[in-house]
Amino acid sequence: MVGGKKNAPQEMIQVGSASPFWKTRSSASPSRPTATTHHSHSNSLPESSRTRDPLGRKVVGASYSHADMLKFEALSISQPKTPLTPSGLPHPSPIPGTPTTFNDFITDTDDDWNADLSKAETTEDILANKLLTPRSIEHRPQVSSRLSGGSRNDGRRTPSYPSTKRKGSNGLKPQIEGLVRDPANSLHMIYHPPYSPDTHTEAEIERINARIARINKFKRILQASTVDLPELRKLAWNGIPDELRPMAWQLLLGYLPANSDRRVGTLERKRKEFIDGVKQAFSRGPSGLDQAIWHQISIDVPRTNPHLKLYGFETTQRCLERILYVWAIRHPASGYVQGINDLVTPFFQVFLSAYIDGEVETFDPGALPKEVLDVVEADSFWCLTKLLDGIQDNYIFAQPGIQRQVAALRDLVHRIDAPLTNHLASQGVEFIQFSFRWMNCMLMREVSVKNTIRMWDTYMSEGTQGFSDFHLYVCAAFLVRWTDQIQKMEFQDIMMFLQALPTQSWGEKEIELLLSEAFIWQSLFRNSSAHLRNPASPNPKP
Amino acid sequence: MASSRNYDFLIKLLLIGDSGVGKSCCLLRFSEDSFTPSFITTIGIDFKIRTIELDGKRVKLQIWDTAGQERFRTITTAYYRGAMGILLVYDVTDERSFNNIRTWFSNVEQHATEGVNKILIGNKCDWEEKRVVSTERGQALADELGIPFMEVSAKSNINIEKAFYSLAGDIKKRIMDTQRQEEKPQPNVTSGFGGEQKGGCC
Repeated sequence: MVGGKKNAPQEMIQVGSASPFWKTRSSASPSRPTATTHHSHSNSLPESSRTRDPLGRKVVGASYSHADMLKFEALSISQPKTPLTPSGLPHPSPIPGTPTTFNDFITDTDDDWNADLSKAETTEDILANKLLTPRSIEHRPQVSSRLSGGSRNDGRRTPSYPSTKRKGSNGLKPQIEGLVRDPANSLHMIYHPPYSPDTHTEAEIERINARIARINKFKRILQASTVDLPELRKLAWNGIPDELRPMAWQLLLGYLPANSDRRVGTLERKRKEFIDGVKQAFSRGPSGLDQAIWHQISIDVPRTNPHLKLYGFETTQRCLERILYVWAIRHPASGYVQGINDLVTPFFQVFLSAYIDGEVETFDPGALPKEVLDVVEADSFWCLTKLLDGIQDNYIFAQPGIQRQVAALRDLVHRIDAPLTNHLASQGVEFIQFSFRWMNCMLMREVSVKNTIRMWDTYMSEGTQGFSDFHLYVCAAFLVRWTDQIQKMEFQDIMMFLQALPTQSWGEKEIELLLSEAFIWQSLFRNSSAHLRNPASPNPKP
Repeated sequence: MASSRNYDFLIKLLLIGDSGVGKSCCLLRFSEDSFTPSFITTIGIDFKIRTIELDGKRVKLQIWDTAGQERFRTITTAYYRGAMGILLVYDVTDERSFNNIRTWFSNVEQHATEGVNKILIGNKCDWEEKRVVSTERGQALADELGIPFMEVSAKSNINIEKAFYSLAGDIKKRIMDTQRQEEKPQPNVTSGFGGEQKGGCC
């Protein structure tokens, strides 16, 4: 036993998991010596006591447990049952019909994506506006519902899925058929809670009014027979109200036609194409699947956002599997790469939210009629496809897109904060060691899904380069934000700090600050990006 | 940096093996003594630390955890070079992960420093009803590759400590032997590390 006296040895440093925002931090500082060595007696301790830090807080990697979910199951009396498909096959009742060939599928689905995309506005137009636009205030940071995780019940033997019963109603929005048909119907269904000076403070009323005003601004744009996309981008840069986000995202990504006459038809067609694609992909049973891809997807889906209840439901997991598999076989150059499973979840969550009342992160999509679920799934697929189209070389062999981004980040941060890059270099910390994941998962391992969704409002407003170019500036702002802490640390503490950054309490305010800083760096450095990226330029690394 | 040193040895370890075999769970068990059945996937590389005591000396283990998916091979192989010990992990309930150990081994031969210590680890050994790779086959493969072998369970906390301690002990012994042979005492390392290395957990 090594006793710690003044220079306490770091006997067992508790390190945050790779995704720190969902778990209780074991310590405010990145490394903290525990009182004793654990290795000599760990077998005799009950697990609950072994997973706590000296202050008694949980320190397990992901605060999620099947045990907790089973309790919910026990509570629920009746709930919509997701049809179980033992083979893991989707859509258990394939509709007989004329199966389109795979080539037809691809040909059909690649047309008229951009038919309505306006290419008119210059980025300068947007930039001129966005710093002047008042920051949206209708999204107050919400505390996401997190499962306090025990880890005693091992879900791996018999995967069991939770189910919920929503009290009173089934949790679905009224007039769901209309919403499915045309997302514009959501514009008439925004609920404004009543308020009066008797029950609300002045500040609250002000906030409510600001929110209504902002929603009305969006409605004016979205109700037009042809949506003015540059205007929508300007407005969306500062955040999209929750109720309007599903429609706005689909427009910004070019999935939903800006021309309202073409919307219903286009949606019907794209959704059918996806459903047909799924049927075709899974038509030959489990043995007809690409085994390597399917294996990887099926072991990753249960490991996707495990801290959120929504992703523990069987219906969710089957949906994600189908989306990821169909995307993967349609993109053989990259195939499925870990991290893409993270990227699909903001879409799934946002599009699901269009049809339900209440908190989406705890909702069981098994409660949805199959037609609605198909639509959520298809829309998620196509929007994921649009996103990945812009960052394809992040996921092809050797991931050159990410390598480039990491090098560009290093150069950029050196220009912004040379003492920081010098310190990292002197400690032997390489950018690839921490920022690879930032690029591969779009910072989704660093911030919560809700915060990611807010970030993506801005990314999509930035146009096709949002998820590559603008993301680079966001990463720079994100790193520079911790410069004071990092510069006081040595190699090992830096590494652990960067793997478990203290963003747990981040809400909209922090994200918007980050985005504003990124915007400033982009304005300053974008025009020098040509020589930033030129490999022949002198390496600014110390 | 030497001023802030609170260890006698620094050993860099690397975990490799197929996706989903439980590399991160083994590391979480070793570094934090906890387990979660619903871990997230590792992207690129991860890093954890634990200082252990070996023969009265403090040995700091710097452990690099890697993503198992093939696509990340380009980034993960960059870490082979600095590793002093490598844990090759498979899942005793997953035949494919066992068969791929040969590929992982040849990657090590190709990219790691010569003489790097290795150990073959069969994880999830608590899961008897799903086991498809017998202990004997694991041992036979280890013998063929000429490396030590251990079956472990991160979930039930079986042999995890032992595996890391054993590998660390082998490395410490190798380093000391090398130092003795070279008769080049390192300024920061106390001389006189006699004695046998002791594997297993205390």
